[in-house]
Amino acid sequence: MAKEEAGNGFNIHPMDQFEIKSLFGDGPIHWYSFTNATLWMGLAILAVVLLLVVGTRKRAIIPTRMQSIAEMAYGFVYKMIEDVAGKEGLKFFPYIFTLFIFVLVSNFLGLLPMSFTTTSHIAVTACLAMGVFLTVTIYGFYKNGMKFLGLFWVSSAPLALRPILAIIELISYFVRPVSHSIRLAGNVMAGHAVIKVFAGFAGALGIWAALPIISITAVYGLEVLVAGIQAYVFTILTCVYLNDALHPSH
Amino acid sequence: MADTTTGTANGAESAPGMPQLDFSTFPNQIFWLFITLVVLYLILSRVALPRIATVLTERQGAIQRDLDKAEEMKRAAVNAENVYNLALAEARAHAGNIVNEAKSEIQKDLDKAIAKADSEIASKAAESEKAIGEIRESAIKSVQEVANSTAADIVKAMMPGTSDAKTIKAAVAARMKG
Repeated sequence: MAKEEAGNGFNIHPMDQFEIKSLFGDGPIHWYSFTNATLWMGLAILAVVLLLVVGTRKRAIIPTRMQSIAEMAYGFVYKMIEDVAGKEGLKFFPYIFTLFIFVLVSNFLGLLPMSFTTTSHIAVTACLAMGVFLTVTIYGFYKNGMKFLGLFWVSSAPLALRPILAIIELISYFVRPVSHSIRLAGNVMAGHAVIKVFAGFAGALGIWAALPIISITAVYGLEVLVAGIQAYVFTILTCVYLNDALHPSH
Repeated sequence: MADTTTGTANGAESAPGMPQLDFSTFPNQIFWLFITLVVLYLILSRVALPRIATVLTERQGAIQRDLDKAEEMKRAAVNAENVYNLALAEARAHAGNIVNEAKSEIQKDLDKAIAKADSEIASKAAESEKAIGEIRESAIKSVQEVANSTAADIVKAMMPGTSDAKTIKAAVAARMKG
């Protein structure tokens, strides 16, 4: 990146890595254009297929390493839904597992050098979060009818406080998809930008480049952690919201 | 910044904006995200997740089966031990019976042999006694004869021609009895 001003002080463009580019042709990006986002989403599908389909093709009683990881991911999400949302939540297991594995794999693929991180884009995470929000809200009304509104009516609070609490609950409910999506995109984007900034320093410091390179290594380790944790957080919040839809009474 | 998405954007703006907020790329991302999610959902819900679920239940089943089998084998082993112990006790009892039988048979033979020996001894003793009696009788008769002849001789010598043999015999017999 920043080839045109090489060797001339700091030329740090930490946000360039997030740019969406058309991979074939230079024209404007249409909704159907094959972009780097398309490529890395496709690679995410490929990675998931390799892990969960090819890795489990032997259906071994004693699992191979790949199959072990696939089973662990399965058990992890299954247990999470069961613990947080209860047995009824397991209806949504394939959906939640899809979200989890997509976010997890995209986060990790984004950590490869020169790659593009689809989950660093608010458009992507907002869609994921809106999907969860709509699913949970519609299912809440479908399952509980008007009783779903009891979610906003805190019956354990004093009567006088309840209308005020209802407004707060309502606002917080509608803020959920926002925080849900910005948390993921923000975390991923910030880490990648920080690494890029350090990389920019390293380019300009000559012999002292060792310092930012060490920092990059440390931040990269942190980012590996963040990639896993944010996928986990996104999934467990989905379970929590689902639990609200299943059991709306406070 | 929403109007331009080509590579010239970063040259024009000194402080580059966030590509995340370039709304012109949103339809593209959302479209491909939707495709990706649908594809992933279909792959996972049709192939991957059912497969993993069967593997897990099969493993659980296999473990349960193995545990059951082990339990059964343990039971069989305990049974075998019981049977063995029973057979051992039976054999022991049988052996005791045989010993007792043998003992009683031997006792019987022994008794019989002893009885036979006793009777033999008894008959031998009776025979001997009879023989002794005969000997004694013959001895007594000899002594009587000797005494008679001696007495007759003595009487003849002391007073010749006076007494008959009959009187002497009676006298000797009377003497010997006393």
